[in-house]
Amino acid sequence: MPKAFLIDTSRCTACRGCQVACKEWKNFPAVPTKQRGTHQNPPDLTHYNFKLVRFSEHMEDGTVHWNFFPDQCRHCIDAPCLAASAVPGAIIKDEASGAIIYTAKTVKEDFASIRSACPYDIPRKDPKTKQIVKCNMCIDRVQANLLPICVKTCAMGAMNFGERSAMLKLAAERLVTVQRTFPKAQLLNKDDVSVIYLVTDAPATYHKFAVADASDAPGMTRKEMLAGAFAPLRKIAQSVQG
Amino acid sequence: MTNHFADIGNADAVLIMGSNAAEHHPIAFKWVLRAKDKGAPVIHVDPKFSRTSARSSYHVPLRSGTDIPFMGGMIKYILDNELYFKEYVVEYTNSAFIVGEKFAFTDGLFSGYDLAKRKYDKSSWAFEKDANGTPKRDTTLSHPRSVFQLMKKHYSRYTLEEVSSITGVSQDDLLKVYKAYAATGKPDKSGTVLYALGWTQHTVGVQNIRLSAIMQLLLGNIGVAGGGINALRGEPNVQGSTDHCILYHIIPGYLPMPHAGWATLADYQKANTPVSKDPLSANWWQNKPKYVVSLFKAWFGDNATPENGFGYDMLPKIEPGEDYSYMYLFDRMYKGKIKGGFVYGTNPAQSVPNSHKVRKALDKLDWLVVGEIHHTETSEFWHRPGANPKKIKTEVFLLPSAQRGEKEGTISNSGRWHMWHYKAAEPLGQSKAMGAMVVDIMNSVRKLYQAEGGTYSDPVLKLDWPATYEPDDMAKRINGKFTRDVKIGDKEYKKGQQVPTFVQLQADGSTSSLNWLYCGGYTDADGNLSKRRDLTQTPMQAAINLFPKFSWAWPVNRRILYNRASVDLNGKPYAPAKAVIAWEGGKWVGDVPDGGWPPMSTGKGKYPFIMQTEGHGQLYGPGREDGPFPEHYEPAETPVKSHAFSAQLSSPVYKRIQSDMDVLAVPADPRFPIVLTTYSMTEHWCGGGDTRNTPPLLEAEPQQYVEMSPQLAEEKGIKNGDVVVVESARGKVEAVAMVTIRMRPFKVQGRIIHEIGMPFCFGWTTRKCGDATNRLTPSVGDPNTTIPEYKASLVNIRKATKVTEL
Repeated sequence: MPKAFLIDTSRCTACRGCQVACKEWKNFPAVPTKQRGTHQNPPDLTHYNFKLVRFSEHMEDGTVHWNFFPDQCRHCIDAPCLAASAVPGAIIKDEASGAIIYTAKTVKEDFASIRSACPYDIPRKDPKTKQIVKCNMCIDRVQANLLPICVKTCAMGAMNFGERSAMLKLAAERLVTVQRTFPKAQLLNKDDVSVIYLVTDAPATYHKFAVADASDAPGMTRKEMLAGAFAPLRKIAQSVQG
Repeated sequence: MTNHFADIGNADAVLIMGSNAAEHHPIAFKWVLRAKDKGAPVIHVDPKFSRTSARSSYHVPLRSGTDIPFMGGMIKYILDNELYFKEYVVEYTNSAFIVGEKFAFTDGLFSGYDLAKRKYDKSSWAFEKDANGTPKRDTTLSHPRSVFQLMKKHYSRYTLEEVSSITGVSQDDLLKVYKAYAATGKPDKSGTVLYALGWTQHTVGVQNIRLSAIMQLLLGNIGVAGGGINALRGEPNVQGSTDHCILYHIIPGYLPMPHAGWATLADYQKANTPVSKDPLSANWWQNKPKYVVSLFKAWFGDNATPENGFGYDMLPKIEPGEDYSYMYLFDRMYKGKIKGGFVYGTNPAQSVPNSHKVRKALDKLDWLVVGEIHHTETSEFWHRPGANPKKIKTEVFLLPSAQRGEKEGTISNSGRWHMWHYKAAEPLGQSKAMGAMVVDIMNSVRKLYQAEGGTYSDPVLKLDWPATYEPDDMAKRINGKFTRDVKIGDKEYKKGQQVPTFVQLQADGSTSSLNWLYCGGYTDADGNLSKRRDLTQTPMQAAINLFPKFSWAWPVNRRILYNRASVDLNGKPYAPAKAVIAWEGGKWVGDVPDGGWPPMSTGKGKYPFIMQTEGHGQLYGPGREDGPFPEHYEPAETPVKSHAFSAQLSSPVYKRIQSDMDVLAVPADPRFPIVLTTYSMTEHWCGGGDTRNTPPLLEAEPQQYVEMSPQLAEEKGIKNGDVVVVESARGKVEAVAMVTIRMRPFKVQGRIIHEIGMPFCFGWTTRKCGDATNRLTPSVGDPNTTIPEYKASLVNIRKATKVTEL
């Protein structure tokens, strides 16, 4: 039975325990950062930051909205990066957990194709090892019946992990509750991903790539759209994002 | 805390004011979310929209230093609309007490003010007493000098118009909060107040909290589940260190510091032991002499004898009326009156106001010992930017300290839970637990005295001092033991046995205890209770999330203080669905009751507020230095010239340090028109000495910043991410501008006042991260506690032309 996360942003306090715990568990060094006029740091995911809490603020009817988005790989059910992979064994899916895992063989992949295949802009390249890297669902922990470290460290109940069926049930329940206060609340791409976000505001107010929106591509399957036709747009988006 | 963290989930309304709970208590905040899940409004009142605001039901911005008008308006609203819990107010608070004829309040000043001394003579604030010496009461609350009527009159001036004008909060927002929170005045409802340094760090800090106590007493919210006044104490064991007397004015267990005016133990006990003539008042502090003598027995062992006042005669004594707190200490150091000293686990060169002066003061020392994990701005002051090490004479010793995970011992959380933590790894290199440093150094001093003698060596040589530091032994000593065989009532205790609870402590030298509050936490019967992790509970306890067998709480494992105020005169809970205690079948069930006496209606009961001499919750508090009712005074540095509440602009008694470096901006100073508030953040711990050396945390929050509104940024031509210079009358700080809608300009007295906020954790020893924000803040403090006014001072900002610190 595959696993899934529910990331309930209505409970997230952006304490960044998950962001830091991820680095600690994987024993990654800090990357040099600067204060740039925001609490979000590092500015984006890096080869040493598989988990990043994004901060985004806007005013609506005189009320401040400060949205927190603990960003990470979605471990897609039909992963576009896996479909785009040209090197056998470089990108694999662990059937037991549903984790999408990048192996050492990714050194032979075309990084640009893999990154642009991802509708959530997750993959990064380690400049030293030349491997393409991202969250691996803490597969070492999960196989030892432990929670992924980001979930383990979350005290608020924002990060949840378990059997996919249980997470879908929890997601549906939470959505009903949260919608009483936030009518715009929704679950992002819940049928396509193993990391389901519950957001209370328009997805774009959290992060440019919070949601993979296939609505503009009629007549295509999601996989085709994400893996193929969408890629040039994604490349443009990346260059805009810098 | 009167209550505890897991109790917050029981609240029907949560008022977070003077606290950024989600950022500074990131784990405990889950209990706030639990209350919110059940439908409680979570209200955040704070100058800045923070991560706490983001998870609250709503945020109400208010100008720093105007909490008293905000809350005063709430008191008026509760009284005007009769939303208070009348039975509770009459029976359990001092609302019905009659205040003496000499009491007066005129234009911002209470009676008894001495302008030359900047001090009140409090004698005119006393209650009127009957022939027996018991305060007179009028339970109809109609007597013009009853506390209730005086309070009503006092807060009648706190109208919505005036409160809105001074705080910068709209009248709609004021009413929204007042209405939501005052709804907890119903007998079966409760509201909790969560506060922290945002309330304490003002020249009216104590009165901010006093006013919340008045509000909570009026609403019947003290002693109940989901209620209370809950100080969210700092992570570095602030609760435990306060209990064990980190502050100069007390000795362990909140006992007064001996001063030279009390020559003998008898003088000390007489001056500090309250007397009540009311048979219904428990007046618990009447037991103080027992706790005092037991403490001295723990300090001096067999050398504590009745002849030497159990060691009182050997104690150093402070001068009456002198202030030995941080700001005064560094002022004395600056003036060359201190030769050397020890600094453990704190970074005053970073965290004390007016850091430039503090750093210069350290230059005047001959020697300094710093016990720390890392090099800090304090241990390294001698080569700080702009200083010439060749000209600084101070010899500095850095003693490497063990990290938390490298030592065992206890921590007391805000809810007074005493919890043991275990050692996970051996200390690196030569580092040691700080307790071991103190024990070892003192043993070396003792050896020197033994070998060479010295002037009056008794206080050093007659201590009952351990050979080595053993946390378990220390925990046992804190609880205390019998020093000889004794019989108390019909029970016999043997010499060396642990004292079961503080009820058995004696004033005759037969018991010892390093802290009476913790007596009962380590007994022969149950061992070290701080190690308990047992989750069993009764259904009644389960209903309020109370776990009596998880760790141990002082006093006597009581989880909710003053819990007898949660029941009526017959012992029946006011809120049956979340009862704390109940009188059933001739005994109390639920939490450990605040004294085991039967309900009041039996005639054998005692008033529930047992720590107050008269047994009642103090709406009127005649013991404070700045008045029996909280009154609005502007911060020492204020952006306004006057206010509507009185002609008394700032507190008439706030503490102010005088030196050439202690300059203040004038009221509404045109040079410094912007209000500065300072704070911590989730990612860095206090002054940052520890966390700036933790790479993933520094990665997340790498550099000094200043949060400001887009309106102010536009006025000053500042863009997000620009480096700016923040300047006060005392210093300058470089910071990166964080231009954010989370900061808003305030409309005060019809004009716009801007406020900015800065963290205080960045210091120069971490390369290019910026330097101390406290170079800006003034050395002014609360008259009761001398806590500095970090939360409100005056500055100006401009775009930096040259960047050196970042």
